[in-house]
Amino acid sequence: MNETRATTGETRIDKAQYGLAAVLAIVGIYTIIDARGLNVGFGDPIGPRVFPYVIGTAMLVLAVLLAVATARGDRPQAEAGEDIDLTTPPDWLTVGKLVAILVLNILLVNILGWPITGALLFAGCAWSLGSRTLVRDLLVGAVLAVASWYFFYVALGVPLPPGILDGIL
Amino acid sequence: MDTLNLLLDGFTSALTLENLLYAAIGVLLGTFVGVLPGIGPAMALALLLPVTYGLDATQALIMFAGIYYGGMYGGSTTSILLNTPGESASVMTAIEGNKMAKKGRAAQALATAAIGSFIAGTVGTLLVAFFTPSIATWAVEIGAPSYFAIMLLSMVLVSSVLGASRLRGYIGLAIGLTIGLIGLDASTAQARLTGGSLQLADGIDIVVVAVGVFAIGEALWTAAHLRRKPIDVIPVGRPFMGRDDWSRSWAPWLRGTALGFPFGALPAGGAETPTFLSYITERKLAGRRRGGSEFGEGAIEGVAGPEAANNASAAGMFVPLLALGLPVTATASILLAAMQKYGIVPGPTLMTDQPDLIWTLLASLLIGNTLLLVINLPLAPMWAKLLRIQRPQLYAGILFFACLGAYSVGQSSFDLLLLLLFGGLGFAIRRFGIPVLPLILGVILGPLMEVKMREALDLSNGEVSGLFNEPLAIFVYVLVVLVVVAPPLIARFRPPALLEQHDQEVS
Repeated sequence: MNETRATTGETRIDKAQYGLAAVLAIVGIYTIIDARGLNVGFGDPIGPRVFPYVIGTAMLVLAVLLAVATARGDRPQAEAGEDIDLTTPPDWLTVGKLVAILVLNILLVNILGWPITGALLFAGCAWSLGSRTLVRDLLVGAVLAVASWYFFYVALGVPLPPGILDGIL
Repeated sequence: MDTLNLLLDGFTSALTLENLLYAAIGVLLGTFVGVLPGIGPAMALALLLPVTYGLDATQALIMFAGIYYGGMYGGSTTSILLNTPGESASVMTAIEGNKMAKKGRAAQALATAAIGSFIAGTVGTLLVAFFTPSIATWAVEIGAPSYFAIMLLSMVLVSSVLGASRLRGYIGLAIGLTIGLIGLDASTAQARLTGGSLQLADGIDIVVVAVGVFAIGEALWTAAHLRRKPIDVIPVGRPFMGRDDWSRSWAPWLRGTALGFPFGALPAGGAETPTFLSYITERKLAGRRRGGSEFGEGAIEGVAGPEAANNASAAGMFVPLLALGLPVTATASILLAAMQKYGIVPGPTLMTDQPDLIWTLLASLLIGNTLLLVINLPLAPMWAKLLRIQRPQLYAGILFFACLGAYSVGQSSFDLLLLLLFGGLGFAIRRFGIPVLPLILGVILGPLMEVKMREALDLSNGEVSGLFNEPLAIFVYVLVVLVVVAPPLIARFRPPALLEQHDQEVS
């Protein structure tokens, strides 16, 4: 994905944009197909189909326009920000680690409970992003997770599932 | 003087000790989250929404008001003390503000930003209080066709006027509208785009979409491009202004307010245009000053004007939100979603159905604004320290609170899965330069728009003419056509040249 480099002045075609156009086209077509399966009730002049038809068609048109623009050398202006350095190629390893930790949290949160997975989530994300103070991060994470559990339980009246710590908290 | 009395009533219900406490907590939390790099006011609201779950509607609104203004102020602190602005509305503030900070005038820059925001926010909120009732009375008469047309205009404006690429604006809008379709159709209760999943039948909570696209998307995007070299934070003492600073600031504050409010109140959305207009106005006027202009070397006028414009437009946004139920910015969309959670449906009838609530909200906006000034001027050095938080811990914290917020909506891990998917979407739109605002607006306005469209067409028995049978609707359609076919005209009001110039200076 070297084409994300914003500093290169040459007008190379951003091939990933064809991928985006394809995905948008598929979404548009799916929206239209999905709407075809809806029933229009008797005496309902409009029904639930029209709006999805319009949106799906618009999506298809936009996908085609994007593909045409890409072929003509149109390139996206990737979003900048305080902590963002667009001159380096994207660091997929870090993103992969973060996604893995978020997925782990999704799988475990109902079993282990938020006080535990929240702590792991915080420490894991900090570690993925390059922090090397694992013990401190785990402690901070544990404090945040337990405190937020109690905050939701006591102050907001929202009991988050305690998981295996049920009865201890 | 009727308005004034009603507003005073609002104050009496907002000014209890308990409510003031909620306002203060809101301001502190909002500023805290807003100061953190990478978090704008909209994301701050979305992240902090769960904190208000246990409160009743009035207290929640008071806290939102605090969070809202706090988040705005936090954003300008970041853009003055760091070299790169995080959100489009702070771009103009950053140009002169950061130069002032580098010259050792950070305290004055923060002071003029805070006081300017206070004045603009107060004047803006008072204008909202005076305009909203009359617009709401008039809006009750507006029929479904005109509503549909106004929503269309708002969407087209937001997608095409803001941002660098119109095509990408419309793509963002279409993605948002598609997300808005997911769930049961409102009138026939048939599932749309759920793929047979029962968990999707209720539709997708806007909090999950917003937190996913804003917070998770931002964290993943930053992770992929994390600046490895330490950034340069300028230390700051307690903000203050000298006599000269005052005399140079007051006029830009007022001019900025005058520019910002109308742009916020119109369905054009966003503070980008008025902050830019304020910046060029002040630069031009400063050129005529004796002794020459300080612009380019840290002129206080260049901070005072755009900051006031920014906050005035943030207040102006409440006019369409409260009077028409029409959100025109990402922040307004989140506010609308938050109000819906409490069973409050903004729109012309709200003014007659729950007037107490509106006046309490407006009074709490004024209180929040005042607290902001009182609390934040002394605390500025502490906020500046926040900018030094280690980046791994900062983004780990953002991810932690994003997951907590989405999980607390329904205590379901399915929401966390959706959150991750929308995070992926947020990453993709940042990669492809697709603006977030039209997307969020599409999610929230899409379903409202469909309701109005079907109302209009049901009345006309399916004839397309049902969408055109009101003079106002036709007038608005003409505007829509103008916006679509006359983009060069609008391009003139857009700040691309200056933005590019600024980008070059930064890189």
